[in-house]
Amino acid sequence: MNLEELNATATNERLAQAKKNHHLHVCVGTACQALNSEQIAKALQTALRQQGRNGEAEVKCVGCPGLCSLGPLVEVASRVNGGPTQPANESPADANHRTAVLYQFVKPEDAEEIIAHLGGEPVKRLETPLDQPFFTRQTKVVLENCGKVDPERIEDYIAVGGYQALLKVLTEMTPQQVIDEITRSGLRGRGGAGFPTGLKWGTVAKADPNRYPTNVPEGIQSRKFVICNGDEGDPGAFMDRSVMEGDPHRILEGMAIAAYAVGANHGFIYVRAEYPLAVKRLRTAIRQAQRAGLLGNAIGGTAFSFNVEIRLGAGAFVCGEETALMASIEGGRGTPRPRPPFPAESGLWGCPTLINNVETLANVPPIILKGAEWFAGIGTEKSKGTKVFALTGQVKNTGLIEVPMGISLREIVFDIGGGIPDGKEFKAVQTGGPSGGCIPAQFLDMPVDYESLAKVGSIMGSGGMIVMDDSTDMIEVARFFMEFCMDESCGKCIPCRVGTVQMHRILTKIQEGKATTRDLQILEGLCDLVKHTSLCGLGQSAPNPVISTLRYFRDEYLSKVKPG
Amino acid sequence: MPRTLTINGQEVSAGNEQTILEAARDANIRIPTLCHLDGLTDVGACRMCLVEVVGSNKLLPACTTRVQEGMEVHTDTERLRAYRRQIIELLFAERNHVCAVCVANGHCELQNLGIAVGMDHVRYDYLFPRLGVDLSHERFGMDHNRCILCTRCVRACDQLEGAHTIDVLGRGARSLIVRDMNIPWGESTTCTSCGKCVMACPTGALFKQGSTVAEMVHDVEKLAFLRAARERKVWNV
Repeated sequence: MNLEELNATATNERLAQAKKNHHLHVCVGTACQALNSEQIAKALQTALRQQGRNGEAEVKCVGCPGLCSLGPLVEVASRVNGGPTQPANESPADANHRTAVLYQFVKPEDAEEIIAHLGGEPVKRLETPLDQPFFTRQTKVVLENCGKVDPERIEDYIAVGGYQALLKVLTEMTPQQVIDEITRSGLRGRGGAGFPTGLKWGTVAKADPNRYPTNVPEGIQSRKFVICNGDEGDPGAFMDRSVMEGDPHRILEGMAIAAYAVGANHGFIYVRAEYPLAVKRLRTAIRQAQRAGLLGNAIGGTAFSFNVEIRLGAGAFVCGEETALMASIEGGRGTPRPRPPFPAESGLWGCPTLINNVETLANVPPIILKGAEWFAGIGTEKSKGTKVFALTGQVKNTGLIEVPMGISLREIVFDIGGGIPDGKEFKAVQTGGPSGGCIPAQFLDMPVDYESLAKVGSIMGSGGMIVMDDSTDMIEVARFFMEFCMDESCGKCIPCRVGTVQMHRILTKIQEGKATTRDLQILEGLCDLVKHTSLCGLGQSAPNPVISTLRYFRDEYLSKVKPG
Repeated sequence: MPRTLTINGQEVSAGNEQTILEAARDANIRIPTLCHLDGLTDVGACRMCLVEVVGSNKLLPACTTRVQEGMEVHTDTERLRAYRRQIIELLFAERNHVCAVCVANGHCELQNLGIAVGMDHVRYDYLFPRLGVDLSHERFGMDHNRCILCTRCVRACDQLEGAHTIDVLGRGARSLIVRDMNIPWGESTTCTSCGKCVMACPTGALFKQGSTVAEMVHDVEKLAFLRAARERKVWNV
């Protein structure tokens, strides 16, 4: 499909959609699907037929609109004044010639009532306001299509401008120009460490595939690779899953652009097998993109070819670490290896490999289309753009949010999150999952960016954000995460394999009231050891929950240990 | 092109493909190791050989880090000594390392390191796992209680014998060295009974049957000799 054909497909799709006055978007993300949302979609369709209104309305299954705690969600976008519209392209907030209604806690039984009210007054008992801070305080870049497009139809993605960035890159830009654009945008890795994406791309582009011995299996022509890291494993985190489920084509487009920039012709998406829905939608998306000539050989009629394969993770958390992930793709045990050499020089089968997180790649198409300056205009000086967080824990609105970098924790927890339920007090927020730390109330006004979070002993991480109220036992939090790291340690290096076991043991002793101040000293010594001597990021960051709770909630520890 | 660097203040010259560990050994500077074995590829797993390099905010494993011109390496600082002792103590606490009744007593790299780092007691709780001993092979035995999971046997079996009978099962503290698909050693169809794994073992985990306390001497030098002889094609006719 070349640019003309792409534009024609987009126009046809928009025209087809504009024929309908009402668009019912049913969330079929994992959370809403678990609450029977597919039945709701079916019931809505049945009701449309029974009431004879299928000519004026369509039911569309979409990805996660974010407010998971109120699911299953159904959004109804209706045209008021007539005229062609681009329903999938606008956010509910700026719908000036359209009205949008969001229904919460929808059940299949509600379908008839919802359909009967189409074009009239919304069903009051199900309605939840769209102008609440949860929606209005967000800035959607990565998630702009989630909840808007049907993830299983490539035409729907094309209708909102999908694959335009890829064809623009292939026809108008050199690989170096693409890298320069990403570099100028200031995009940093969204997997947690925040490495400048442009710099990484540049390194892979310049890397010599013959520098290190390689061992590429037969049948794979490429000597450089692009990997999308979708092995999201932090407890309570579901950012990448929602993007993969809600907007899979955007990831493929981001990967293809990255591949063109670094000179790779083969890519892998590494997804955990625990995300069956994401895997299914990615598979569908790959098939559709190949059929449309947007993946495979001679993409968009150019000389560029790029193939994508999916690899399933078998459930090891450590496989999110890049060297372990590559070992797993190669078919070996998923254990990390020392760096250097970095994957950019010697990665998959010894070839230069670009490995980016799902969210990082999902940021690429809009940067290409809207320009580096637009992206750099969002966020803070050193942290550009937006960040997706999975807001969970003791907060009224739990779900998926996307906010500009530099927003304060207070805005996230109290405005978007709606504050702490049941009249309790805020105590701490945990970011970065088992690799992150707990941030106490005194830092609520701190901006959320890579540097500020690191300064207070936590990390940006992949985007897990767990809010805790004053009934939370911080030692139990530390113990929970330590147990997680202990179970997930691959066992290759001694400090992580045995150190986490001993730390977990001491934390358990503290909780049982059997620990002494000497145990606390040993615990701090272990934190130092494991942080500084472990082989990979899992071990190096495993003590963070303990270190940060010891730093801000030391009293809780001291009240539970005996002198000795 | 040779490189010049300093290790513990001493000027050292090294080949550009040499690791810090190799350069230090050539200069008679000892860096403690456990998972390293001459003749096998390095994995940087035991973290005993971590060194401080001026300008790097991370500690680097000497066995896998290549030398660079002008590098300033410190191998024996107080901080490193403290870490090494902690690591050795963690190993002693992890499984049942009872030297007094061990076949390798007196010939054990773990024991020697314990002495070298000045370990007079273990500060951590002993975990006392219940682990078995595999005596199903007619000539060799494996005592998981003495295993430190250095994977030297795994690499020797794979890289020198080419059999890859041995690998690691499970992960974390539940890791276990297994043969084939976790079957008794004596039933393995891929094991050639060459004994290279036994030679490679740093502790009393792998031993020749019939050896009693302090009798098991591992022949580690033979593996490096084998590797070097093959690379030089000594036996080619």
